[in-house]
Amino acid sequence: MNNKLQKQLLKRSKAAKLERLGKTVSFLALMLITVTVFAIIIFVASKGLATFFSNHVNIIDFLTGKDWNPNVTNAKGQPEVGALPMISGSFVVTILSALLATPFAIGTAIFMNEISPHRGAKLLQPVIELLVGIPSVVYGFIGLTVVVPAIRNIFGGSGFGILAGTFVLFVMILPTVTSMSVDALRSVPRYYREAALALGATQWQTIYKVVLRAATPGMLTAVVFGMARAFGEALAVQMVIGNAALLPTNLVSPASTLTSVLTTGIGNTVMGSLQNNALWSLALVLLMMSLIFNLVIRMIGRKGAMSK
Amino acid sequence: MRKKRWIECLLVVGLIVLGGWAYQTRQVNKANMTITAVGSTALQPLVEAAGEDYSTHHLGTFINVQGGGSGTGLSQVQEGAVDIGNADIFAEEQKGIKANRLQDHRVAVVGITPIVNQSVGVHQLTTTQLINIFTGKVRNWSQVGGNNQKIVILNRAQGSGTRTTFERFGLKNHRSIAAQEQDSSGMVRQIVSTTPGAISYVGFSYVDKSVQAVSLNGVAPTNQNVASNEWPIWSYEHMYTSKTPQPLAQRFIKYVQSRQIQNSLVRRLVYISMADMNVTRDGQGRVHKVEASHE
Amino acid sequence: MNSKVSNQIAIATLYVIASTIVVILAALLGYIIISGLPALSWHFLTSPAKAFTAGGGIGIQLFNSFYLLILTMIISFPIALGAGIYLNEYAKQNWLTSLVRTAIEILSSLPSVVVGLFGFLVFVVQFGFGFSILSGAFALTFFNLPLLTRSIEEALAAVPDEQREGGLALGLSKWETVLHIIVPAALPTILTGVILSAGRIFGEAAALIFTAGQSAPALNFTDWNPFNISSPLNPMRPAETLAVHIWKINSEGIMPDAKAISSGASAVLVISVLGFNLLARFVGHRLFKRLTAG
Repeated sequence: MNNKLQKQLLKRSKAAKLERLGKTVSFLALMLITVTVFAIIIFVASKGLATFFSNHVNIIDFLTGKDWNPNVTNAKGQPEVGALPMISGSFVVTILSALLATPFAIGTAIFMNEISPHRGAKLLQPVIELLVGIPSVVYGFIGLTVVVPAIRNIFGGSGFGILAGTFVLFVMILPTVTSMSVDALRSVPRYYREAALALGATQWQTIYKVVLRAATPGMLTAVVFGMARAFGEALAVQMVIGNAALLPTNLVSPASTLTSVLTTGIGNTVMGSLQNNALWSLALVLLMMSLIFNLVIRMIGRKGAMSK
Repeated sequence: MRKKRWIECLLVVGLIVLGGWAYQTRQVNKANMTITAVGSTALQPLVEAAGEDYSTHHLGTFINVQGGGSGTGLSQVQEGAVDIGNADIFAEEQKGIKANRLQDHRVAVVGITPIVNQSVGVHQLTTTQLINIFTGKVRNWSQVGGNNQKIVILNRAQGSGTRTTFERFGLKNHRSIAAQEQDSSGMVRQIVSTTPGAISYVGFSYVDKSVQAVSLNGVAPTNQNVASNEWPIWSYEHMYTSKTPQPLAQRFIKYVQSRQIQNSLVRRLVYISMADMNVTRDGQGRVHKVEASHE
Repeated sequence: MNSKVSNQIAIATLYVIASTIVVILAALLGYIIISGLPALSWHFLTSPAKAFTAGGGIGIQLFNSFYLLILTMIISFPIALGAGIYLNEYAKQNWLTSLVRTAIEILSSLPSVVVGLFGFLVFVVQFGFGFSILSGAFALTFFNLPLLTRSIEEALAAVPDEQREGGLALGLSKWETVLHIIVPAALPTILTGVILSAGRIFGEAAALIFTAGQSAPALNFTDWNPFNISSPLNPMRPAETLAVHIWKINSEGIMPDAKAISSGASAVLVISVLGFNLLARFVGHRLFKRLTAG
């Protein structure tokens, strides 16, 4: 009898076994993602670094050069692979569209969650989810038929340029940023609001001083994801930005982004050649830049967030 | 709870049995004869249509045709990942390809013409004018006999077959200045048709009423002028295989080159049939007259 | 300015922002649907595409889109759920966890063409899957996982800690608490994440060009044996989806009615996403009620 009891007590219970199984399975899932993520990053890095190590392109020349003609060698005998026009193009378009989209997205999220959680949210939620599913080609085409001519008529020039790209990206990242901001607001506990209102704060004061502060990290994630999407978006931007490897001098002259040059070029080059490696270097720059964005935003977030 | 387990077990067993039965009854003869062709998006419709035709005449074969660009096609056939690499350019013209390891099969000819926006008021140019436009020496249409409008240059992506051919034979090896780029003919046509002052170049099959094709040195961009090489901007459509191609790939390419396909599909897609050409051109750009006609 | 006035100004501003968004979005959707409507017909929805003559449809592409979406979701949802659970419930808040998080976030900024090429080299060439739905589904899984994992994690984080404490107080193990209390409570938010990523999958083109391919061989809709090459269920056949088809028509299409087909297909795509959203909401609502006894 005693023996049996001892056995029963010392043996792992069914729940404990399940616990271990569950933890292992979910850990394996995370490991799987981590491994694939790092596999892709290493893949891009190995291809991208080949430009500098096996093709001996000077990395400084690559980052600061203004001419992008991988087929042509310049006076120094080096291929013309200056990525500065694309880097600055990507940077400007992403920042501008995030600057434009963030207030709209956060405003809409607040409206959906705090001001009109029933009628407003019911109307806006499905529309926003719908917009995510529109292929970028369609966004690009609407940009081409509506936005570009409008800019041409108002500002002159050909209409293609950073401004057109910004507008298209603004609409494209809006759904992502908005719906993630809504989630962030929703995760603010209800009693925060109740406490603030009980202290006599107005609705706006509650939102601004309490809810927004508590939701800051989540909102920043939303913005990071929005910027990431803007950064990585290729087809739509490529159709409206003009896709010319020139340093952007103003907002309505043709420019290009890292992704647009990468996407247009990749089918026309041969794996392992310099032309191909140079394109992968662009992808590497893209990863690095989004890493920097990410870190900067996290730093801001750590300062802005309420200490728990 | 017990009952639920039972149902789950039954479902799994049922699925396995169903899968096994499906595997047993599959059509065995259809799965084994497959070849894959990858490459030029411009050539894709022709190869795809020919492939469907071939499959209906030769039951049990399947021709898998994919795009991805000439560079992808050539590099994948070189690595042996696919059977046929479709390309708009000679393998010699593509950097990073060892052309001597590949077998060239030319299946059609495509003419390329400059196109301009309807509003520029120019119907013909000389080669010098064309070079001046694309090298940035001429920046207004009034300098070449058109309306007072700024010239907007639109290029295809670097390394694309159309651009390589255009710069080689249209611009006499002059390189275009950095300008807007697009990676497909459809987009180029769309943008040229809506942007005032725009100029670019597309294959003949993409010319329609929305854009203005330009004559060069008084020669109109027609198939006849390409056949006699009076219109110099044209290129072959190639289907590259390895030196020892798979028999099915070889038979299929023969089929595409046959008179039946050349007279029907090739013409319908506004390509120029190989049989109609009065000249041949090699990878170095040397032109030879074809003496004996094919008929 | 006293607080009441500023309150009213702020709320009015929020109304203006929200209505601006509604106007922009409504105009966009209206534009797509209205320009696509004239092309829609039963024939258009069911017949195969034509390469260079008028009158082609999008039947096969439409089926491929849904099939690929379902396959991708079957592969990626369990992985994302597991990873989300681990990140939110088990992982310690240390540098390793934040490294993993950062890696996942920066992956989502990679252009999908890079993910597509990676998928091409790994699945199509290395594993020998060829241009197939399966290759496409794996590539889309890569592309989908970061966003889906992140939104599931957020959804789990939004469940109040009291629920966890309640579960543990009842003597449930942590895993049981997560499975029976936290995940059901987070279901509506998880669902939003699923719908958003489904939308992205549905509209994705660049990642599929090199993996699932851009040709749609004829299918035999009476043959449901997944081992036959012409069967719609065969996961090893090349499959052009609707989004890829739209891209292809716009870039190289030479059929005379290319414009009509592309706007018709766009409208169908938007309507399909809408239908999918409604269905997912309905199912999710039912599931939520059953799981939470609410």
